Amino acid sequence: MAGPLERLFYSGPGQALAGKLGLPEPPELRRGRSLPPEPVVATSLAGSTLAADTLALLGVPARPALVDDADEPPTYADRIGCIVVDAAGLRTIGELERLRAVLRPAVRALAGSGRVVMLADAEVDGLEANAVRQALDGINRTVGKELRRGATSNLISVAPGTRASDLVSTFGFLLEGRSAFVDGQAWTVGPASTSGLVTGSPPLADRIVVVTGAARGIGAQIATVAARDGARVVCIDVPAGGEALADLANHLRGTALQLDITAADAGERIAAHVASRYGTDARIHGIVHNAGITRDKLLANTDAGRWAAVLNVNLAAQLRINPVLLDGRDGGLAEEGRIVSIASTSGIAGNRGQANYAASKAGVVGLVRALAPELADRRITVNAVAPGFIETDMTAKIPFVQREVFRRTNSLGQGGRPVDVAETIGYFLDPASAGITGQVIRVCGQNLVGQ
Amino acid sequence: MTRSAVIVGGNRTPFVKAGTSFAAASNSDLLTAALDGLAARFGLAGRRLDEVAGGAVLKHSRDFNLTREAVMGSALDPTTPAVDLQQACATGVETVVYIANKIALGQADVGVGAGVDSASDAPITITEPLRRALLRANRARSLPERLRALATIRPHHLAPVAPQVVEPRTGLSMGEHQAVTTAKWEITRQAQDELALASHRNLAAAWDSGFFGDLVTGYLGVNRDGLLRPDTSLEKLAVLKPAFGGPDGTMTAGNSTPLTDGAAAVLLAEEGWAEANGLPRLARLVDAQVAAVDHTSGDDLLLAPTDAAARLLERQGMALGDFELYELHEAFAATVLATLAKWEKSGLGTIDTDRMNVTGSSLAAGHPFAATGGRIVATLAKLLHARGSGARGLVSVCAAGGQGIVAILEAV
Repeated sequence: MAGPLERLFYSGPGQALAGKLGLPEPPELRRGRSLPPEPVVATSLAGSTLAADTLALLGVPARPALVDDADEPPTYADRIGCIVVDAAGLRTIGELERLRAVLRPAVRALAGSGRVVMLADAEVDGLEANAVRQALDGINRTVGKELRRGATSNLISVAPGTRASDLVSTFGFLLEGRSAFVDGQAWTVGPASTSGLVTGSPPLADRIVVVTGAARGIGAQIATVAARDGARVVCIDVPAGGEALADLANHLRGTALQLDITAADAGERIAAHVASRYGTDARIHGIVHNAGITRDKLLANTDAGRWAAVLNVNLAAQLRINPVLLDGRDGGLAEEGRIVSIASTSGIAGNRGQANYAASKAGVVGLVRALAPELADRRITVNAVAPGFIETDMTAKIPFVQREVFRRTNSLGQGGRPVDVAETIGYFLDPASAGITGQVIRVCGQNLVGQ
Repeated sequence: MTRSAVIVGGNRTPFVKAGTSFAAASNSDLLTAALDGLAARFGLAGRRLDEVAGGAVLKHSRDFNLTREAVMGSALDPTTPAVDLQQACATGVETVVYIANKIALGQADVGVGAGVDSASDAPITITEPLRRALLRANRARSLPERLRALATIRPHHLAPVAPQVVEPRTGLSMGEHQAVTTAKWEITRQAQDELALASHRNLAAAWDSGFFGDLVTGYLGVNRDGLLRPDTSLEKLAVLKPAFGGPDGTMTAGNSTPLTDGAAAVLLAEEGWAEANGLPRLARLVDAQVAAVDHTSGDDLLLAPTDAAARLLERQGMALGDFELYELHEAFAATVLATLAKWEKSGLGTIDTDRMNVTGSSLAAGHPFAATGGRIVATLAKLLHARGSGARGLVSVCAAGGQGIVAILEAV
């Protein structure tokens, strides 16, 4: 419930004052499965056709980009919704000028909730090429911070052998409103071992997706988005959340499983539930390890109980559950399946009063990076999202001023919504995202803290 | 090909003492919650079932279609038909038997047997003279006639009438009837308190082990049975004053069930249908038998299940000892003990009481009249299934009006 200070802040006079103080009303972000309404502009800096081919596969028409190579910078006649810059093959410091020359007119013309998408090589040889590769990262992060009105910038590195079909789900995610709160991020896409373009409509049709901690908040959104994308969802939460869990499962036409994920036989019970409800031949397409708790205290005041509880729920439980679901049993994880975990910016950057939570969430990052190569031959992907400040019941309990600071200390000037986390997970779950594994994507609006 | 009805699973609300956490919930609210939890557990949202049978003992006249209305308010497809049944505390088992019989006969493939009771939201009625005067006034054709009808109303007619759990033909409450039985069968206070203690200990252990994780869904913020006293002891039970049977009575609030709110539902399906539709098959409903005694002529009001059991076992060619588990509804601790005594005396035999009510029963869980049958059937089906194919269990539930029902379950 909003306190008096918060009500005043969001009142008419309060907002006028806030604007004067440099705290303007944050922009409304474009969300959902919607492409930019404005034209998409695309260009290639060093001869690669990967981005153009991907846009063609997506069915998104692209116009050529204007280039700032004369005395006066050229001006787009209308706002543009997105600029895709294919920088694969870029190797020298001198060639970086080409990037500046296309970005300068584009960022001036970018519409609200517009997109800058850059494509670069994940692996390059030579000192200068590596320096240039890293330079692109710095440019991406800076563009993200300079853009206004909810526009974002992200950098995709492509591993050798990556094809346009491997990039389709990534481009779709980035161009659409689904990536609204993903900003200033860089991640890698590799060649998928599946052949050809994977398309399904909806993408998760008839696939089983298991979500832990599904009764409320982000977990409920994850299940909702998975169901929207066609999945049959298994909603898991502790028995204490059973009523809300049942309502959600019924609403999504899924099933509810009341289960404490820290139980020794949690993995077995998940598989048994899937086998009993969906048939012994049924396999889980994706499991989202969303269940998590906080027991915040300064380290100086943290006892063994608080320490263990957080690590057990947030990290150890999934370490126990995964091997069970991966042992080939009925109701376990399918080959070419998806494992998605939830990290946190607290884990990446550290957060005062959250040593236990940061340990668990940084641990998730370590787990994802280690497990991904292990499961590569089974074509199972393992990824994580790292939410920043998301508007949930949990963050609503943070005192107003502190909350307003958290909310605004990112490039988009606002908190994210549970659906933003859920959409990023939906991107990982997409069967077309077979080339994305071992990645951690922050859903933080480019929060100022951390990497 | 023979068709057999199997119990797929169950769901109930936690049971709580009347007038507490569920005080504002109606029978319809509670039953809807039980159906929603069942739908979520088995993925039934938006699906049409062949029929839902339900019922309540304390029922408002406006709830003439209680179960159908609950179905309409639930996640089930609204084209799921429903029926209300009522056989006092046997209602919950009767609804299961009703659905199982339809399944066996081929009239249904999948259905729900359910029961609910809110002692908190019990109907309060008006006195008979007031009711008659109002009806007469309603029939009146002129104003003077109407006024004459209303003039017969006296102030004391205006007092509301609360429902009572008394036998209409004897005027005795259920506890008073049982007190007669308790004395007749020489059931001791010690034995009753020990049974009550075992019920609490067994139920507490079952909760602690997570046994009810797939049998109960929380409701209105309550996630455990509210009457459960895990820390009770013989010493604590021993100090309670007699509630029935006069100053020397042995029946107390500790070894009798209190008024309770709650609802329970059991999903049943034809065995092959369940398999084809990816649903668990816990146990078959093998057979059931209802019986009645003439308590107006001195029979023990709550011991009709002993007669029902005798007839059922004879028909099935089984003996009382042929069961791995027994679920005897604990209306009162003395009811269970008198039932065991009568079984023994009548030559039916004895049972190993360590196999009886192994996860607790009504003394600890509470007894929302029509919901108890569903609690027992789903619990027993799960227990039998865990013991392995072929394990058999016997259910026994007594009911007002000198009635009782017994049923046999067998693990698939």
